[in-house]
Amino acid sequence: MTTTYEHNVVLKSGDDKFKVIGTRPIRHDGADKVTGRALYGADFQTAGLLHGKILRSPHAHARIKSIDTSAAEKLPGVRAVVTAKDMPQTTGDVSMGEAGAQNVAFLRGNVLASGKALYKGHAVAAVAATSPHIAEEAIGLIKVDYEVLPAALTAPEAMKKGASILHSDLKMTEFGQKTNQVNNIATHFQHKKGDVEKGFKEADVVIEREFTTQTVHQGYIEPHNVAALWNQDGRLLIWCSTQGSFFVRNATAKVLDLPESQIRVTPMEIGGGFGGKINVYLEPVAALLSKKAGHRHVKMVMTRQEVFEGTGPTPGSYMKVKIGAKKNGKIVAAQSYLAFEAGAFPGSPVGAAAMCVFAPYDIANGLIDGYDVLVNKPKTAAYRAPGATHAAFAVETIVDEIAEKLKIDPLELRLMNAAKEGVRRVDGPVFPRIGCVEVLEAMKNHPHYKAPIKGKNVARGVAIGFWFNVGLQSSCTIAVNPDGTVNLTEGSTDIGGTRASLAMQAAEVLGIRAEDVHPTVVDTDSIGFTAVTGGSRVAFATGWAAYEAAQDVVKQMTARAAKIWGVEADSVEMVDGVFRSKTDTELKLSFKDLSEQLNDTGGPVIGRATVDPQGVGGSFAGNIVDVEVDPETGKTQVLRFTVVQDAGKAVHPSYVEGQMQGGSVQGIGWGLNEEYFYGSSGQMANPTFLDYRMPTTLDLPMIDTVIVEVANPGHPYGVRGVGEAPIVPPPAALANAVGHAVGVRMTKLPMSPGTIMEAVWQSKKK
Amino acid sequence: MPTKTYVQTTINGENVEFLCEPRQSLLECLRDVVQLTGSKEGCNDGNCGACTVMMDGRIVDSCLVLGVEAQGAKITTIEGIAPAGGLHPVQQAFLENAALQCGICTPGFIVSSKALLDKEPNPSEERIRFWLAGNLCRCTGYDKIVRAVEDASAKMSKGKKK
Repeated sequence: MTTTYEHNVVLKSGDDKFKVIGTRPIRHDGADKVTGRALYGADFQTAGLLHGKILRSPHAHARIKSIDTSAAEKLPGVRAVVTAKDMPQTTGDVSMGEAGAQNVAFLRGNVLASGKALYKGHAVAAVAATSPHIAEEAIGLIKVDYEVLPAALTAPEAMKKGASILHSDLKMTEFGQKTNQVNNIATHFQHKKGDVEKGFKEADVVIEREFTTQTVHQGYIEPHNVAALWNQDGRLLIWCSTQGSFFVRNATAKVLDLPESQIRVTPMEIGGGFGGKINVYLEPVAALLSKKAGHRHVKMVMTRQEVFEGTGPTPGSYMKVKIGAKKNGKIVAAQSYLAFEAGAFPGSPVGAAAMCVFAPYDIANGLIDGYDVLVNKPKTAAYRAPGATHAAFAVETIVDEIAEKLKIDPLELRLMNAAKEGVRRVDGPVFPRIGCVEVLEAMKNHPHYKAPIKGKNVARGVAIGFWFNVGLQSSCTIAVNPDGTVNLTEGSTDIGGTRASLAMQAAEVLGIRAEDVHPTVVDTDSIGFTAVTGGSRVAFATGWAAYEAAQDVVKQMTARAAKIWGVEADSVEMVDGVFRSKTDTELKLSFKDLSEQLNDTGGPVIGRATVDPQGVGGSFAGNIVDVEVDPETGKTQVLRFTVVQDAGKAVHPSYVEGQMQGGSVQGIGWGLNEEYFYGSSGQMANPTFLDYRMPTTLDLPMIDTVIVEVANPGHPYGVRGVGEAPIVPPPAALANAVGHAVGVRMTKLPMSPGTIMEAVWQSKKK
Repeated sequence: MPTKTYVQTTINGENVEFLCEPRQSLLECLRDVVQLTGSKEGCNDGNCGACTVMMDGRIVDSCLVLGVEAQGAKITTIEGIAPAGGLHPVQQAFLENAALQCGICTPGFIVSSKALLDKEPNPSEERIRFWLAGNLCRCTGYDKIVRAVEDASAKMSKGKKK
């Protein structure tokens, strides 16, 4: 297909005077990553390294009657075997940032099963040996006596009376109160705004549908890994690929009953996370093995099957959504029932789903019920805008149907109802300045939306989605080098080029080039607390810390210049990287020249900052997608895809586009293809990349982007988090496109050929 | 009885000798025995391409080759792609086009892309997409990777014309 417009567009909010922000320098860690030199967790090597492997439950739900490890312990080369009995029985909560807090008993129970195995793949025991092959042989020698129990596999099934109960001691929390009911519902909550019954009575058109989605995985290419040394001096040293080294420190400390300061976590390069590498799985186990093996280094790397069956995923869901509108298109009432699978322990993203479900719209009357439901599947983890994608799939399908019924352009209908500054969401918060309208306008004006739809079985769909983002704490230091460059030290592990975006924000303040900043991600002994790389927060919050640390450098260097010149500090200013006297034009020093003099005029300068920003922007993403659906097979081909997103201010536009494109393609995979196939006994049938088929190059067109810059007033450069929102609209936009192509509304994910044909045949039966 | 087999092979132009167990894959030998950790393990069953290396002029998933099969072979890994004194145009294009995010799939993509351009200097977008379908990337959505290969192709053929 030929195009006559730019594939990647940045719509700026107005004139800005930035020199570094908005440019596209080569990332600082780039050379290491294109030459194979960058060291990821699994690349850890040291003399005398032991290798650990985990024995996992073959059953989705089973009582563990006994574990006999004696044969494994006798195998030559085996150095240690551990089970849940080796773990201290600590209590309390571990804060997980945007993913909420997690009960330590549940966290421990997920790391190594105690009493019951709650999903296929649940860790039961672990071995350390002199080679990974011997460790694997050894776990095969461990005898576990299981009493297999019935499994509950979906939310509706698990909520039924008489369903197999996962946790007999867990009482349901309803509307914030503990009840006496023991069922598989961990939590039921409700958000209410206005009078939804009254709203529906005013509506001229009301549409209600049920939706289901399946379990999907984050799908990072790098499996989970760890190396640990529990040293003779009592300190526990951990190297791993994680989204949050301080979270690993905190969680491991809680599970092992250690003071946090006894643990040092060194974040290795990380091969993708998308929310799935926040939680700890291997770290406490490797630590226990290290100690038991006589204080040896122990490395553990999961297999792909272990990653699918023992980590992630994001849950399957059952949703019922009802929306009512007036003839003119104005939405007057909206209601949703969201039941999300938590997996084997409480904590599905249903809370976040409820915050996002109606967020793009200004709705007077709304009611949202959320259920966090335990099922015999892996404990779910965050996945890029957790919960929002499910919710958008349901809501955007119905909004599209209302537009179709009322014969109103689907983007016009959305614009008519779009959320803006001052609008209160159904779950309570009032929006600050947001870019929902601007994103919808940019979609409407895009050549893609105006292009004719050509061909049989070809159709177009649109959708929009919201993600609120998080702030949280970050730390940063900047040391000035005598040659006028600086070393920036920070604690946010870099998953997608954030070293560059932090360096650029510091460089902008210092008036130097991005290349003159050397950013390094350091271990937990070497920097102040920094929350996880998640919630789209690094460029926003750690970027802010870099900005503040650079301001601190400027303040100190301004004072130093004044000292050198023998003038008052407040008579000196820094403009465009030059320190100068406000009164004497002769007195000036470039950043580089002043840097050279620092050591001899009072000592080196180090700027530092810690931040806990509250002004999170929130971000909207919208899609226009053209598909062709083969009426014989139901196979869907994506012909053209455009993503529009409100990025606040794109620090490094290439990496913002990268987030938009990558999130879109994850959403395309979720929408069309990806799912865990479960047998009736709860075994995943497709735990390989061959059968859990993620999109390949061949499945996709180019992904065109439009960055809409609506500055976030809560950040010095107007930055909004951009990482997560782009995964929200794709399944919905695809559902609308496929629905138009085949003439039947899609209510099940993924829209695999079978799902589409089934929907078509069902509609023909009617 | 010895448990390991002696293997003599050529890796990145250098004579390399190592001992490996017959059950160890070439990927394992490269990473754990020879300490070339640039080739990555994403799946260990030939589906992700993160471990792609050149073996006797063909791209292979090194997780699907046994270490003992390297006997007498010529192998090029990601560590052997950059020429002395710089980066290969494919590596440079990946940097300039921001064609990597986390970077774990990047070694495999670069080895595969270079193999394509060595064989076909001016591939179409469709041809690039077909060739790279054996390499999975979860971060980028492939757009910038395909553009980087197109860019490298353009720059390499321009270089040749001079």
